[in-house]
Amino acid sequence: MSLVASHAPVLAIIIPLLAAPVCAMLRGTTFPWFLTTVISALSFAVSVQILLTVSDTGPISYMLGGWAAPWGIEYVADPLSAFVMLIISGISTGVLLYARESIAKEVPPHQLGLFFSAYLLALAGMMGITVTGDAFNIFVFLEITSLSSYVLIAMGEKADRRALTSAFQYLIIGTIGATFILIGVGLLYMMTGTLNIADIASRFDAIADTRPVRAAVAFLIIGIAIKLAMFPFHVWLPNAYSYAPSIVTAFFAGTATKVSVYLLLRFIFTIFGAEFSFGVVSLSELLMPLGVIAFLSMSTVAIFQTNVKRLLAFSSVAQLGYMTVGIALASEAGLTASILHIFNHAIVKTGLFLSVGCMVFVAGSAYLKDLEGIGSRMPLTTFGFVLGGLALIGVPLTPGFVSKWYLVMATLERGDFLGYALTAGMLLSSLLAVIYIWRVVEVAYFRPAPADAEAREAPLSLLIPTWIFIIGSFYFGIQTTVNVGFAEKAASFLMGGL
Amino acid sequence: MFAIETHVALAILIPLLGAIGIALAGKAPNIRETVTLVTAGLLFANVLTIVPHVLAGEVLVYELAAILPGLSLTLNVEPLGMTFAVVASSLWIVNSVYSIGYMRGNKENKQTRFYICFAIALSATMGIAFAGNLLTLFVFYEVLTLSTYPLVTHKGNEAALKGGRIYLGILISTSIGLLLPAIIWVWVETGTLDFTKGGILAGHFGPVASGILLFLFMYGIGKAALMPIHRWLPSAMVAPTPVSALLHAVAVVKAGVFSVLKVSIYIFGVDFLASVNTLEILTWIASFTLIAASVIAMTKDNLKARLAYSTVSQLAYIVLAASLATPMAMTGGALQIVMHAFGKITLFFCAGAIYTAVKKTEISDMRGLGRQMPVTFIAFFIGALSIIGIPPLGGSWSKFYIMLGAVEADQLFVLGVLLISSLLNIGYLMPIVIRGFFYPPLGSSDPKVAVGQEISFLSRDKIREAPILCVLPPAFTAMMCIVLFLFIDPIYQMILPIVLP
Repeated sequence: MSLVASHAPVLAIIIPLLAAPVCAMLRGTTFPWFLTTVISALSFAVSVQILLTVSDTGPISYMLGGWAAPWGIEYVADPLSAFVMLIISGISTGVLLYARESIAKEVPPHQLGLFFSAYLLALAGMMGITVTGDAFNIFVFLEITSLSSYVLIAMGEKADRRALTSAFQYLIIGTIGATFILIGVGLLYMMTGTLNIADIASRFDAIADTRPVRAAVAFLIIGIAIKLAMFPFHVWLPNAYSYAPSIVTAFFAGTATKVSVYLLLRFIFTIFGAEFSFGVVSLSELLMPLGVIAFLSMSTVAIFQTNVKRLLAFSSVAQLGYMTVGIALASEAGLTASILHIFNHAIVKTGLFLSVGCMVFVAGSAYLKDLEGIGSRMPLTTFGFVLGGLALIGVPLTPGFVSKWYLVMATLERGDFLGYALTAGMLLSSLLAVIYIWRVVEVAYFRPAPADAEAREAPLSLLIPTWIFIIGSFYFGIQTTVNVGFAEKAASFLMGGL
Repeated sequence: MFAIETHVALAILIPLLGAIGIALAGKAPNIRETVTLVTAGLLFANVLTIVPHVLAGEVLVYELAAILPGLSLTLNVEPLGMTFAVVASSLWIVNSVYSIGYMRGNKENKQTRFYICFAIALSATMGIAFAGNLLTLFVFYEVLTLSTYPLVTHKGNEAALKGGRIYLGILISTSIGLLLPAIIWVWVETGTLDFTKGGILAGHFGPVASGILLFLFMYGIGKAALMPIHRWLPSAMVAPTPVSALLHAVAVVKAGVFSVLKVSIYIFGVDFLASVNTLEILTWIASFTLIAASVIAMTKDNLKARLAYSTVSQLAYIVLAASLATPMAMTGGALQIVMHAFGKITLFFCAGAIYTAVKKTEISDMRGLGRQMPVTFIAFFIGALSIIGIPPLGGSWSKFYIMLGAVEADQLFVLGVLLISSLLNIGYLMPIVIRGFFYPPLGSSDPKVAVGQEISFLSRDKIREAPILCVLPPAFTAMMCIVLFLFIDPIYQMILPIVLP
């Protein structure tokens, strides 16, 4: 193994972390963007490398500073974390390709260096959460991510002052969530005397039936649920997504909540163990109703939105509901569906937010009333949006269909009444998706454009990355060996391993 | 030229390439229309090259993409699909000629988008015809729904928007809400979705489950327009007439009933289907749809609306045939796909020709119009007779075999239903022709003539037909209704092997 390859797990984090302060010192509009893009691409390359190695040879463990595991900090890249790292860095790189012209319009030029340095920190934080094998380290990276994301969201302030209140709202709610996670980790440390995840897991069974551990589980699950925007803790998400700069929304929609889903998986399956989580404390009974309510109620709420970004944000909460239900099914099929949907939804939603970003770039607003007739003003962008919307509905040949197929298969596999009811609920929710997507389509194509509106496409630097995501999502909807393969591998690892 | 499997794949590809060509030639209407016609011709020739191989009983399989592990988009040609493909691709040529006449005659806008969507819809239709498993069928079924939406809403006004909403709403919600779970259910229980002769369900589904599954399929395939989910079909009549003609008489609705037959024959299997205990309910529902739609058709004064309800009724014949679950009935259902396609497209072509020539849509305004447009009205007359099922027109064969099937299944009341329906058909189709020829035009009256001194009110100088491109196609398809009566045997021989055990 070469020097680079042997340090791969830590490189994926160190590179963006170290580049962030450098970026903060850069001035101008091009340099900070260029550096960030290169760094993110490097991180992506390393992630690909890690994923390939992991799927060939099994999990990689990396000792930070050479200190052996239970005492030092360990980084573990297993099939799940490697897959999520790939998603995060891939989405980040794609969004950055789009960022240059888009962000220059939304953030004052003198703040660009700081903006991109916050972006790099968020990236480093998310990658860190995913790869670390240390419970306290998770909290540290979580805080890095959260703090930088408050900044990034608040940067939408130039376009809409409401970005400030929504960032503040997220700050308050997010901090509560992070604190809960910290309390949970603290309780686990108190009971086991270790912070290493593998170590906690191996001692967990002995102390599982104690009150502090129960409390720890409660704190951790609620804390993660808040960061995940699980219903009913989702209030912060629509605000934050609506008012943040376009690329921040696109980046977070594809990654931030997905990382929290990863955390949920990690704690439930690796640390607590499936038997404890679903047998002893029966988390299913908590997660299942919340997930179902999430996708039914949030899809309904999305129908009544007047702002397309907000509409998509509510749809995101609904989609997170699908992932939650997938986890709560506590079967390998459900888990596969859930992990698969992390990937599929990330690529689809990012593409959608990017195309809305194009509309905002040209039309200056994401409100439906300002997007009337946008279909004839910006044909390529709007058509991209429609294709992305179809993926959200779950039309065949899109990744949304593949996710739905696996989810329905997992629910039908139960063969009981609950399974059939869940199937019906999910299909109902995708019909609600038809309605909210088609509201946009009708406004875009059937309303006449305002008289003073100019017919102009978004610049190519925005259009091309958007279409990369759109076409990419169709690729992963037709040729599913990659995403399904890795998701299955991760699921069977979680169920079988540890 | 290529391996024969490649020709199967080309059937999907040719219209898609045509769509790209149409898009590129969008600025030059003459070249664009040439591309459409050439594509349609190529597709038809391509489909014809496959026919002899199917007749010889070859197995033609082409895998497009592995969409899920163990499940791929596969094309597999069998006689039923072959028949459907030949019908759809041959009528596309006729319809393209007609479209050009109609769209130019009415100076419609966004014609490039119109021809592109048409080509994509045809590609999807070929995919449905040649689908090798349920997943492939489902994929192309959805593509067909989505690619026809812009055609239905072509006019872009409030009515089009509303019609489009109902169209998409019903078709998508039934397919995602009922058909998809049915497919996944079959997959979970049997582990395969391949269309297999004799069906795949036997031994995997119990009496209750199979009863439910039958209805998931029959209502999931919303394009078959079984009541009460038929509303989309009349709504879709806001589309320009060529769209109504090809898509709502041939491709879309036929894709629906074709899927019904395909599922009945290759998923349930004729024998297993006959043992499903809810089958008789389906027979009753289909019978009800058949008669109720005819009755509604009589109340409609708008010609296209009347034809739409007539289509709902005629589609129910095929569902009825499937629900009888006997070889003869299935054959009759398959023949009905062909016969109704030629008959109904003739009627729609005539409706469009009338609209193009005199901008009339209501039947009550069409008095005496036959004297002005005799070719159109004669074609309409022939098409109508075929729909009614009177020899020597093709439509009589399908009714004949369905009746045989009803006797075979021992469901004699079906004979009565078919009889009443045929009478109703006469009741709502013939008045149009009678008004056209025997009534004086609006605002005038014929001179009284003594018995034995009758004169013809047809005169050469009063004839003002629609543009020639709008008149030739219905004349041609009306001729085909007669030809099909005489040359039924090859089609019959092709279909028979798949329904016999």
